[in-house]
Amino acid sequence: MLHIENLRAEVDGKEILKGLSLDVPAGEVHAIMGPNGAGKSTLSYVLTGRQGYEVTGGTATLDGEDLLALDPNQRAAKGVFLSFQYPLEIPGVPALTFIRTAMNAQRKARGEAEITAPAFLKLAREHAAALKIDFEMLKRALNVGFSGGEKKRMEIFQMAMLAPRFLILDETDSGLDIDALKIVSEGVNAMRAPDRSMLVITHYQRLLDYIKPDKVHVLSAGRIVATGGPDLALELEREGYDKYARAA
Amino acid sequence: MAAVKQTVEHVEALEKYQHGFVTDIAQDFAPKGLNADIVRFISGKKNEPEWMLQWRLDAFERWLVMDEPQWAKVHFPRIDYQDSYYYAAPSEKKGPKSLDEVDPEILAVYAKLGIPLKEQAVLAGVEGAPRYAVDAVFDSVSVVTTFKKELAQVGVIFCSMSEAIREHPELVKQYLGSVVPVSDNYYACLNAAVFSDGSFVYVPPGVRCPMELSTYFRINAENSGQFERTLIIADKGAYVSYLEGCTAPMRDENQLHAAVVELVLLDEAEIKYSTVQNWYPGDPVTGKGGIYNFVTKRADCRGDRSKVSWTQVETGSAITWKYPSCVLRGEGSVGEFYSIAITNGRQQADTGTKMIHLGANTRSRVISKGISAGKSSNTYRGLVSAHPKAKGARNFTQCDSLLIGKTSAAHTVPYIEARNGSCVFEHEATTTKLSEDQLFYAMQRGLSQEEAVQLLVNGFVKDVLQELPMEFAVEAQKLVAISLEGSVG
Repeated sequence: MLHIENLRAEVDGKEILKGLSLDVPAGEVHAIMGPNGAGKSTLSYVLTGRQGYEVTGGTATLDGEDLLALDPNQRAAKGVFLSFQYPLEIPGVPALTFIRTAMNAQRKARGEAEITAPAFLKLAREHAAALKIDFEMLKRALNVGFSGGEKKRMEIFQMAMLAPRFLILDETDSGLDIDALKIVSEGVNAMRAPDRSMLVITHYQRLLDYIKPDKVHVLSAGRIVATGGPDLALELEREGYDKYARAA
Repeated sequence: MAAVKQTVEHVEALEKYQHGFVTDIAQDFAPKGLNADIVRFISGKKNEPEWMLQWRLDAFERWLVMDEPQWAKVHFPRIDYQDSYYYAAPSEKKGPKSLDEVDPEILAVYAKLGIPLKEQAVLAGVEGAPRYAVDAVFDSVSVVTTFKKELAQVGVIFCSMSEAIREHPELVKQYLGSVVPVSDNYYACLNAAVFSDGSFVYVPPGVRCPMELSTYFRINAENSGQFERTLIIADKGAYVSYLEGCTAPMRDENQLHAAVVELVLLDEAEIKYSTVQNWYPGDPVTGKGGIYNFVTKRADCRGDRSKVSWTQVETGSAITWKYPSCVLRGEGSVGEFYSIAITNGRQQADTGTKMIHLGANTRSRVISKGISAGKSSNTYRGLVSAHPKAKGARNFTQCDSLLIGKTSAAHTVPYIEARNGSCVFEHEATTTKLSEDQLFYAMQRGLSQEEAVQLLVNGFVKDVLQELPMEFAVEAQKLVAISLEGSVG
């Protein structure tokens, strides 16, 4: 699925990713943990093609296809989805309109027909119910006036609707209370599938109690410095990142 | 091959200004320049009665001693009023009697613009499909007005201004210049002297006009000005919805468009006036050419509980100077102004409204959405005033500006005058930048950059778009997208 090799990237002329390598095979969930400033969010933006995040070396491929050469929307059409740490407000655009426009843009890029209105609404009702989202809320402008928890839930709703192949969750647990965390995690877990992979970026181990990773990587100073099983997350929780900060 | 063809079509569709074609049509011009003889020439061409000629000559005398207004936030070289044609009309022996007699070239122009000039019957089985009566004004004259007979059956008069002067002089005499006085301002006064054509509407008491009325203005001739004059009278309890659209060819010279629109509303009358203005905006890089759109529009709510609603989508013109206003004279009368003004390239817009509360318990509402991109400048200028007698007057104003890119400018200049203690005026204003964060967010979900800009901008202008008649709203939405193409990136 995702294969990253010796990836280097800089922001405003400052190198943030310094030769990062990572493999996420199909069907697996990998967690990326690391201290603040390690490059976690940078990694998510580089993979999704955000302006200002300049790749200076290395490769990133999704099923063998070069991701880095594509525009952000082309990557989305290939199935790359980023659940934002801070989801944006889109005034005047109802959530449903936003998602349907996005879905049809992706379908068009893949040469597929647009989704019909009844099929779209049926899908929306199903996923909204699963995530305990009031359907009326989906008629409101996306994220405008939503609480932090509602915004995160809306990210997972969009993810469920768009059914991407490769999911990046950037600090999805931040700003969530325990009930919201459970609902969001259930939503994410429901998406686990043999042909789908996830990269879960988090600062805290807590989220990994709910979304069980197959592997845990420690990102420090722009590199993966350690890789292990779920136990590694628990160790980090106990002992902190100091050891790895030194290793880097 | 299909893909290639599609690409070619797509690229053509991306053409910045889609109505920039010129049509080669035999035309009559008045000699270049402006003097009393030209005024007489125009009046004579239209077979106007003596009183109309005198009205024009009087306006011309006054115009000679007036000065151009300097207060707007727009800049342009001094206009040489002698270097323009004040009358251009397709050559015809006499005005065409029916559509069959109209020059096919002109019909082709309107077909190309997508304006229906045939009175299509309501589609079989489509109950309540909206129909539009159209008055098509080509340069200085009205070439055809549709559905006149059907409208006449309910007493609605819909014809060109020239025809109204000949056929309904009593109404014209009574109302022309009664809302916008001859010497109201420099451009309105010029218009009074040389106005060419425009639409005239009269809706009798208690009649709800059975269809949307629309006028489609097209400037075609080179170096010519367009000075149309529109007068709409809604008698007691009458209702009419009126739409106006405008386009022009791409030319290197600036062309002046100085129109006057007067609306008269008697007791409990209602007029909904919508404009989609898409005059040629000039070259986006050099700023060369484009229309100077200096327009005076005003509604006089003379009757109690009358209501007027202006909705405008302003995307074209090199310079827009325009303040559709409401004089709320009648007790409990209501004025509304909904505006989307988009500037891109080197365009300049100074637009807004005046809500003049004279009667008690009058209400007004202003929603303005300004979008500036490229190196353009976009100013909202609005006045809300209440006379001492306007007890209990209320106004709500919201003006939002959206900036795209780093070189565009937005300004908001509100004037508020409350001359009694019982009025409530609210003013809200915001200025936002279309953020790269929002764009990236939408693109990450699969939208291209252009699609993302469109979606965000449409969200921004939604409150105003929904005030437009359905089909116009769809057009306007497309126009908004076209106007902003290439504005990011």
